[in-house]
Amino acid sequence: MEKFAPVKRSEDGQPVRYLIVDDSVFARKNLARMIETFGGQVVGEAGDGVSAITEYERLTPDIVLMDITMPQMEGIEAAEKIVREHPSARIVMVSSVGYQENIVAALQRGARHFVQKPVKPEVLYEVIKYVMRDDGTAVRGAGAGA
Amino acid sequence: MRMDVIQPFINSADAVLAQGLGTPVSIENLSMEEEAYRRKGIAAEVYLAGEIEGRIIFDVDLGAALGLASRLAGVAVSETDEELVREAVCELANQIIGNAVTTLNDQGFHFHVRPPTLHTSEKGSKSSEDTEALVMCFNTSTGNVFMNVALRYHRQAPETAAAAG
Repeated sequence: MEKFAPVKRSEDGQPVRYLIVDDSVFARKNLARMIETFGGQVVGEAGDGVSAITEYERLTPDIVLMDITMPQMEGIEAAEKIVREHPSARIVMVSSVGYQENIVAALQRGARHFVQKPVKPEVLYEVIKYVMRDDGTAVRGAGAGA
Repeated sequence: MRMDVIQPFINSADAVLAQGLGTPVSIENLSMEEEAYRRKGIAAEVYLAGEIEGRIIFDVDLGAALGLASRLAGVAVSETDEELVREAVCELANQIIGNAVTTLNDQGFHFHVRPPTLHTSEKGSKSSEDTEALVMCFNTSTGNVFMNVALRYHRQAPETAAAAG
């Protein structure tokens, strides 16, 4: 997989910390592999919206990658609950269902961005850089991507 | 069966398979099926409800499923990793359906999709007059992927649509 210039936190130069939320183990593995190529650190995973909220409270990641269609609690509802408690939370919805109503609903409830599956690494990378723009720095010269 | 409803599923399958496997795919054959569905490999089933109702089965040859799982996982996946291979087929179905649903919703069709489930029985339900089954075979570099589509367009009465609208 292509290597990208690592995106780091501007405050301390540490890798960006990610929480991946998806009911598919396979999708989580795939996203985790991409995050590695961005120089990020996966600090936790969750398979549904309820666990996502618990894991967010426990880990306070820099970015949450959140699926929409999941058991127990869907991603948009979980995003809303997280943002209500943590207004600075950066949540990126990652779903194969990307019709306009869904995207608008997610953004209205606090998600910062939307990426459609199948995820292209270069698209996710640009979204991560954009979402981390207040706090992230892409270190140049470390990879061929970007 | 309305082709404008089916076409997004064909386009989506073509695009997702090509991206997932990293090689072009071709539609080998296309036929209407009247008999009950017989599973050929590892299969996932997705149900739709609303203005478009019915089910779609994705049936993947073991070779194609292993190729897909290996490609997506980034490591060689063998037959012994059954769970991972099944998971890959379900994720493939999820992505194909999700992309098609996106197109159809943006075209004004409203319906819900349930998450994919493994189709483990040897036979599926028989298609009927109002849910004909269209079977497509996508030929990939590692094997065949069959998509069995049995959908019905459930038109809303004008007054119902207006009330909902």
